Formats: sequence, C-alpha cells, structure tokens
Amino acid sequence: MNLTINVVDEQPSKSIVYLAGEIDAYTAPDLKEALIPLMRQEDQVVAVDLAEVNYMDSTGLGTFVSALKSSKEYNSKLTLVNIQDRVLRLFQITGLDEIMDIRASIRGGSE
Amino acid sequence: MSSLLKLDTEGYKALMKRYIETRDEQSLYEIEQASKLFIKNSILPDEIVNMHIQSLKDLYPNLSEDIQYSMNFLLEAMIAYGIAHQEYQQLREKQSELKSEISVAASMQETLLETKKPTIDGLDIGVISVPAHQMNGDYHHFVKGRDGSLGIAIADVIGKGIPAALCMSMIKYAMDSYPEDAMTPKAILANMNRVVERNVDPSMFITMFYAQYLPSDHTLRYASAGHEPGFYYNSSQDTFEELTTKGLVLGVTPDTTYPQYELKIESNDMVILLTDGVTECRDGERFIERQEVLDVIKRYAHLPVQKIVDQTFKYFERLQDFELRDDFTLLILRREV
Repeated sequence: MNLTINVVDEQPSKSIVYLAGEIDAYTAPDLKEALIPLMRQEDQVVAVDLAEVNYMDSTGLGTFVSALKSSKEYNSKLTLVNIQDRVLRLFQITGLDEIMDIRASIRGGSE
Repeated sequence: MSSLLKLDTEGYKALMKRYIETRDEQSLYEIEQASKLFIKNSILPDEIVNMHIQSLKDLYPNLSEDIQYSMNFLLEAMIAYGIAHQEYQQLREKQSELKSEISVAASMQETLLETKKPTIDGLDIGVISVPAHQMNGDYHHFVKGRDGSLGIAIADVIGKGIPAALCMSMIKYAMDSYPEDAMTPKAILANMNRVVERNVDPSMFITMFYAQYLPSDHTLRYASAGHEPGFYYNSSQDTFEELTTKGLVLGVTPDTTYPQYELKIESNDMVILLTDGVTECRDGERFIERQEVLDVIKRYAHLPVQKIVDQTFKYFERLQDFELRDDFTLLILRREV
C-alpha cells in the first residue's frame, strides 16, 4: 500500500502535511523523513492532515510520537487534523490523544 | 571426449586453439562448462580476459599491436565487473551468516522470554502467541505471588522485527527485578514506564496490560498502558464487555501514572487479553473486527480455555486471504468454580 505525502508551506513558519493512503511499517519511514525535519525547525507550526488516511498501524503511531518528542525539543508545534475514526481510535487506546493536539478540522472549527 | 578443461591458461589456450581450428560444438560446450567452474571458483572476469590475452600471444606471436592494445583495453573494462562480482559473493556469504545468526537469536529469545503457564486451582488459563516474522515483538508473562495471586502481563512493542524483540528482553528483565510484594498493576506500569522512557528510542514505545488475579476473593485488578483493550465475559448474562482503561503507552513521558481498576470474577466468567495483532489481521482488504474475534471465541466457549485460543487462531488462519501482519497474542482466563 502507498502513502502520498504533500507538504504545503502556508506561511514561512507554518506547514501543512497532507497525507493520503496507509501509514504502516513500509510507509512510515517516508513519513518520518518528511515530518521530523519540519519539527526540528524552531517555532514551526506543523499541521498533519489525515483526512485521506484510512489505515494506520502502530509503526505510524511511533512516527507521530517521535515527531511529538522533536516538537518539545525544538519548540515547534504539531497538530493532527481531520482524523478518521478508525485512526483516531488508535490514538485514544494508546492514551496519546491526551498529550497530542488532535482536531477534527484544520481551521479550528471556523468552517 | 577428453576430460574437463583445466582451469588455467594452458587449458584455456588448448581449448581455444581447438575451437579456432575445428569450430566444433564440443569446444563451445566445454568452455561453457568451464565458465560455470570459473564462477564457482571465484575466477574474476578480468582474469579470464587475461588468460585470453596470454593465449592469443602464445598462439599468434605476430599478432598486431592494435589487437593487443584492444585486449588490454577490454581487460580494464572488465575490472569493475570483477569487483562487483566479488562484492556480490561477499554479500551472499554475509546474508547467510546473518540468517543463521537471526535464527539463533530467535531461539535464544524464545528461551529468554519463556514463561510457564501456571496451574492455579479454580482457574483455567489458555494462551497463544504467534510471531508474524522470525522474532516475536509480543510478550506475555505470568508471575505467581507468594500470597497466591497471579500476575499477568501482556505487552506489544511498537515497531516490528528484531529491534522490537530485543526491547522485549529488556522488559522481561525489568519485570523480573521487581520484588513480588510491590506487584500492583499501577505500580508495575509506572515503573516500567520509567525504564522504557530512559532506555528506548523515541519512535519506539510499548503498550502493556497488567492484571493481577486474587483467587482468594476472585478479584481481578488491572491497569493498562495504552494497550488494546481486553474483554470481560459475563457468564450469567452471556455478554462481553470491553475492559475500558485510561493510561498512556510506556516510554512517552517520564512521570505517567496509571489508574487501577478492579473487577469481581464469578464462576465461568472469562477475561480475554490480546494484542493488536489480533485485530490487525486482514482477510484480504478487510480487517477483522473486534466483534468478530468475540464471536469466534464464543463459538468455542464450551471447550477448555487453551483449546479456545488455539481454535480461535486456527479459525482466522483458515480464512482465505488471511494475512498475519503483526504478532498475534491471545490470552484467556476462566474462573472454573
């Protein structure tokens, strides 16, 4: 299965990462490669749009955990938006939804 | 015909001469066989070209210089192939070495992580754990306390394969080092969280469900670190309930605390613990839903518990497009009396 990763720099310090497909052991390394350098930019605000992600396994979770850890180290900000229920469940089971910024809509409800 | 060509310049020269003179099929066949022997004996392409040059010089001492230069040119052109071939050979050897090392590691891991299913009066226990690949990243462990209690850990390392498996050995040793009296589920998870947080790569973390069964008053205490929720089967009502818990996965933040829950277990009630490998099974494009797992368990519920877990795995294994994507562990306890 494939994952397409599309990074859009909305403003100099704000990026949206659009993902489509499946995040698993095969695609997670690509995601990590795209995501971690963004998180390592001081004060960068990164929103990951998961609207088109229908499957994620625990390896994908691992990638978001290391992104979260980087964000704390570099004072950047990670937000997950437009999560589908099946994927959200994983974050809920693992308790990660309580320490990560997960939102239903990318514009914070203004839509 | 004569015996096979000797693998030296003399042999090569003789065969080449015969071919040039007779142009017979047999010579071609023999050089083809010889070529296989060259490969087997790691003779490099540039060495063969060199034999060819020597043979040419011997057979045709008056060979034009241009031809000789061209042959030297060819020799240079072959060198990189020779190096690539050598590297390939070395990789093949390395690969077979690694393969055998991994299988030794896998069997060592099996011994290290071995846990004995305990016998406890009035409690039937069944467990099955099947790795998706060579090494298992799932872990389950039984500890019998002096007070007669039974501790059960079930865990899953996020990440697969060898790093995950190595991580599990660390968990096992950390667990073994705790004094038995301190084994309440919430204390164990808080401790394990610190161990994992300090020792494991940021992209790796561990989910763990820890339960403690007290046969004296038929109580189950449990806590979960982000683990796939288990189930409680209420026999008198014939219903399954999810064991809902709060608690972050191990290894993300150092000071996580874990709420502990308690459940009274009546006769014939079951507690079902599993890893997400069970629910990440696929039947072609379709995922196996949690409800489906329960339906299958219920179908075999009349059997001894070990049979239930074995049959449940077999049931999924038999699905036509079954694919085990992740390590699969299913553990069931049933109060007998």
